[in-house]
Amino acid sequence: MPVDLSYAGRVYPPTAPLEVGREALREFAEAVGSTHPAHTDPAAARALGHPDVVAPPTWVVLVAQRAEAQLVQDPAAGIDFSRVVHADERFTHHRPVHAGDRLVTVLHVDSLTQRAGLTMVATRCEIADEAGAPVATVRSTLAVRGEA
Amino acid sequence: MSAAGGRPALADLTVGDEVARGTLRVDRARLVHYAAASGDRNPIHWNERVAREVGLPGVIAHGMWTMGAAVTVVTDWLGDPGAVLDYGVRFTRPVPVPDPGEALVDVVATVGALDAQAGTARIDLAVTVEGQRVLGKAQAVVRLP
Repeated sequence: MPVDLSYAGRVYPPTAPLEVGREALREFAEAVGSTHPAHTDPAAARALGHPDVVAPPTWVVLVAQRAEAQLVQDPAAGIDFSRVVHADERFTHHRPVHAGDRLVTVLHVDSLTQRAGLTMVATRCEIADEAGAPVATVRSTLAVRGEA
Repeated sequence: MSAAGGRPALADLTVGDEVARGTLRVDRARLVHYAAASGDRNPIHWNERVAREVGLPGVIAHGMWTMGAAVTVVTDWLGDPGAVLDYGVRFTRPVPVPDPGEALVDVVATVGALDAQAGTARIDLAVTVEGQRVLGKAQAVVRLP
């Protein structure tokens, strides 16, 4: 089934809040080899002016991919994950993410375009705190190969 | 090259300067660790059979692992992982991860642009495996004292 191009422009309702935990940040930092103590030691983070341990710059991908699942795992959207290649990713941090944050995400389907047998699925996650103050914007493009 | 507290200072940088470099090592165990920590459990990053079935040469690293690991070269130099304001890449080539063994990912970070008014620098990352680029247009905008 091809990708349903009518999903372009869709904006999803805000997700339930996701609470950022110290251990989750520690695990991610270890997995990408980020050894800076500000990821694991609250005192080291506070010395840099952060209220608690800070997330590595790409950690919010976890938050974004949960929101993107609303689109990617929607059978009606027609995105066959076995045909998907990640084309690009970009994080814009309006402020650093830290432990204790409760993050709410609004998923936007910015565009669905076809070229050379590929459907490019461009999404944008606007991530904010519970009061609505912006925290991060995550832009991602998936390339979905057409049926052979 | 260092401001108070050991952090680099914007005033000391010139476009074109190499500020940091490093070699990242990745094996299958590392990919399983990243799958758990990130929630990205796509089997092409840990299951040889599934990877081959979809036409890959074998298990490949998560593009997001490569992206996340490459920027540690910048944050180690920067001294504050919270000072990365913007970071984007294109995934241009997969990183096959052998078993047994490991893949080596080379990262070189240079100053691409400076904005004294904003207090930021754009750091450009050359990220290669065996001399071939695996990330394209890898750029991080960082805040410096």
